[in-house]
Amino acid sequence: MKVTAMDIYKLLPRTNCGKCGEASCMAFAAKLSQKEAELSNCPQLKGADFEKLTNMLAPAVKEIKIGTGDRAVTIGGDEVLYRYELTYYNPTALAVDLSDDMDDSEFDQKLSEIKNLEFERTGEILKLNAVALRNKSGDLEKFKKAAEKLKDAGIPVILCSFDPKAMEAALDVIGSKRPLIYAATENNINEMSELALKHNCPISLFVPNDLEKMKQLSRKLRESGVKDIVLDPGTCIGEAIGDTMDNFIMIRRLAVEEKDDDFRFPILAVPAVCWINPEEDEILTKMKEATTAAALMNRYADAMILHGVDIWEMMPVLTLRQSLYTDPRKPQSVEAKIYEFGTVDENSPVIMTTNFALTYYTVAGDLKSGKVNCYLLVLDTGGKAVDVAVAGGQFNGKAAAELMKETGIEKLVNHKKLIIPGLAASVSGDIEDQSGWEVIVGTRDSSEVPAFLAKIW
Amino acid sequence: MDTMSQILKLLEKTDSIEINEFRMDVDELELTIMPTLQNFVQKVVEKQVEAKKEFESQIEFKYPVKDYAGKVNEVKLGGKNRKTVKLGGQTSLYRFEEPQPNAPTVTFDVFDIPMNGLPRPIKENFEDVMHSPGEWAEKAVKEFGADMITLHLIGTDPKVKDKSLKDAAKDLEEVLQAVKVPLVIGGSGNPKKDPLVLEMAAEVADGERCLLASANLDLDYQKIAQAAVKHDHAVLSWAISDVNMQKVLNKALMKEGLTANDIVMDPTTCALGYGIEFSIDVMTRTRLSALKGEEILQMPMSSGTTNAWGSREAWMKKDEWGPTKYRGPIWEVVTGITMMLCGVDIFMMLHPLSVKTLKEIGTTLTYEYKSKESQDISDWINKF
Repeated sequence: MKVTAMDIYKLLPRTNCGKCGEASCMAFAAKLSQKEAELSNCPQLKGADFEKLTNMLAPAVKEIKIGTGDRAVTIGGDEVLYRYELTYYNPTALAVDLSDDMDDSEFDQKLSEIKNLEFERTGEILKLNAVALRNKSGDLEKFKKAAEKLKDAGIPVILCSFDPKAMEAALDVIGSKRPLIYAATENNINEMSELALKHNCPISLFVPNDLEKMKQLSRKLRESGVKDIVLDPGTCIGEAIGDTMDNFIMIRRLAVEEKDDDFRFPILAVPAVCWINPEEDEILTKMKEATTAAALMNRYADAMILHGVDIWEMMPVLTLRQSLYTDPRKPQSVEAKIYEFGTVDENSPVIMTTNFALTYYTVAGDLKSGKVNCYLLVLDTGGKAVDVAVAGGQFNGKAAAELMKETGIEKLVNHKKLIIPGLAASVSGDIEDQSGWEVIVGTRDSSEVPAFLAKIW
Repeated sequence: MDTMSQILKLLEKTDSIEINEFRMDVDELELTIMPTLQNFVQKVVEKQVEAKKEFESQIEFKYPVKDYAGKVNEVKLGGKNRKTVKLGGQTSLYRFEEPQPNAPTVTFDVFDIPMNGLPRPIKENFEDVMHSPGEWAEKAVKEFGADMITLHLIGTDPKVKDKSLKDAAKDLEEVLQAVKVPLVIGGSGNPKKDPLVLEMAAEVADGERCLLASANLDLDYQKIAQAAVKHDHAVLSWAISDVNMQKVLNKALMKEGLTANDIVMDPTTCALGYGIEFSIDVMTRTRLSALKGEEILQMPMSSGTTNAWGSREAWMKKDEWGPTKYRGPIWEVVTGITMMLCGVDIFMMLHPLSVKTLKEIGTTLTYEYKSKESQDISDWINKF
């Protein structure tokens, strides 16, 4: 279970020296328990107590780094089963596969698609994290050659082969880049664990649909000295997707609730298996793959290997990841104040919206792309969207009037007209009463704002 | 150092001597050393037994199954002239503990007006029947396998068409005649008119056990609850992402005479990318509370999955995002799957493909762990 601030406090020096930046050791303990401070910030903590606390604060799921340099990706680190209890750490690493039998141009093209795929939401650029190189050919030389091409690609690599010889050949080429070895199985575990130790690389353990065996083999890997393990209990689709979810859930439960050391590792999902038996229509296979990815991301997948790279397929997966890994302790909001767009003067329109981050960035994006000149009043709705804030009572006449007073908007413009979102139409009367301004009900979606202003302003 | 001391020294460093093989000739030992050695041997034995115990307990795999104090109520819909559908009834959190007795249910949205504003991927499927709620409902059931139909009487809104109660009754009659599945009957969202519309609907569909959608704290929920009690319907209890508000509302509804088996909760579905994390947290907490034994939250849950279509990524034409034809359904299905995994029992949806996908995965929740054949994936690396 989660360590409490009191458990931590007992092992701290309790001198309240303040050098960690907190007023007291108790405050520092509280921060540590919430993962908002680092143990190393305490200058007095040494020796056995430091060790003890380090172990105590080690996450239920081990953190593992794949790759090197700027794009290296860390997976694992979770402490809880449900995100509302704390937060989920280290967003699921998304890898897309490349096979070693592609010709050079095909290979390069898919690689660049993987590296360049991105999509912006709420001011954040969402990207893929890694490539999974598949030893599809079964040929050692081809695998090695393909690995060579990835050596300086600047993106973390998952090396996929069950053949220890092929793995060795590829590791000789890019072992120093800390690729994830995929995978040790019942049949090759000794050779693969030696390779992991020799190259100091993390290794996946692939044991489809048999947690009992997975536990034995995980123990074996640990006993051989391997520390960085990623568990793949197999991704089965169709009627067996339930088994896969059960396995993922059980592994995470064993790690978090039972503190079973054989399972305290990140989990890898392979939604790409949807392509073993593709649907008649390729679109349907892609939808199935994205659906599988979404289901398993909801149920503790820390890394996954996908095959498709269409933006429409990746958008829901990337968006879900962004949502799941936000910190529930902090509302997704921007500062409530007045913002200026384009060149403003005393004749500029005044528009009001909420401080929910998504609402703000959406509106701001539309105002910018529509080249609108205006003042935007951002109301503090506690990070709630327009319709939710209207229903919840945060978007009301009194709050709007107060914001208008605080920002001094009256002195900035020579009119008294306020445009509010279409979804807030029901509070227009209230705002008029409280502010004395004329309220114009605007569009339901901010993409229509430029056209709307052109018509009425 | 004498021999005995040397032996002791050696023994200090080892945790694992084979006691069976350990022979000692007591006569050869100096008596003063005996207690020390005995003590030591004793310790080693204890250590070995402990280590063995620890090893055995750790290597044995035990399914992490839990007992739950509470369970989710079962709510029955339909009957009289129609099929029945049961919602809820779970006694555990996950299917490896105890499979769900009832698979999640999908109800198709149908409107009493043509709804030209619906996104194209949906209109493509229903354009030919949108003039008639009856035909629309029939198509959803016959062609797309709807378990249930939600009739939204949106035209009753004074700002939309201000349809009279009589006209709305006709639309409802039409749908009741057209399909034999249970119905959800929804108002327009107008807080003044909805209680009147739903009261009328309860009477028109007397005894058919529909789900009246919805009661909330901002309208005359008493009227809706009383009509449901009088004509044997269930009520959708809608709170906006707030567990406490949900409790207050559920209590208030039960005070009007509804029982725990007459209420379905809608804790609000925020779409994928538009606050879905709030819904995830609220639904999860609600379901966990129910299983821990909090009776006032033990009702099955509903999701307005259709909300996903409000997301820009689902409908906005933007070439660099790819065709909306694919984006819409996938936005709906990912929203739905996410809610399903938080414990939602009934989904209000729009697109046939999303419905199909969700139902397929939903059905697996009623299976026992490893009761189905799975594909051999042991060599997946070279399979595609």
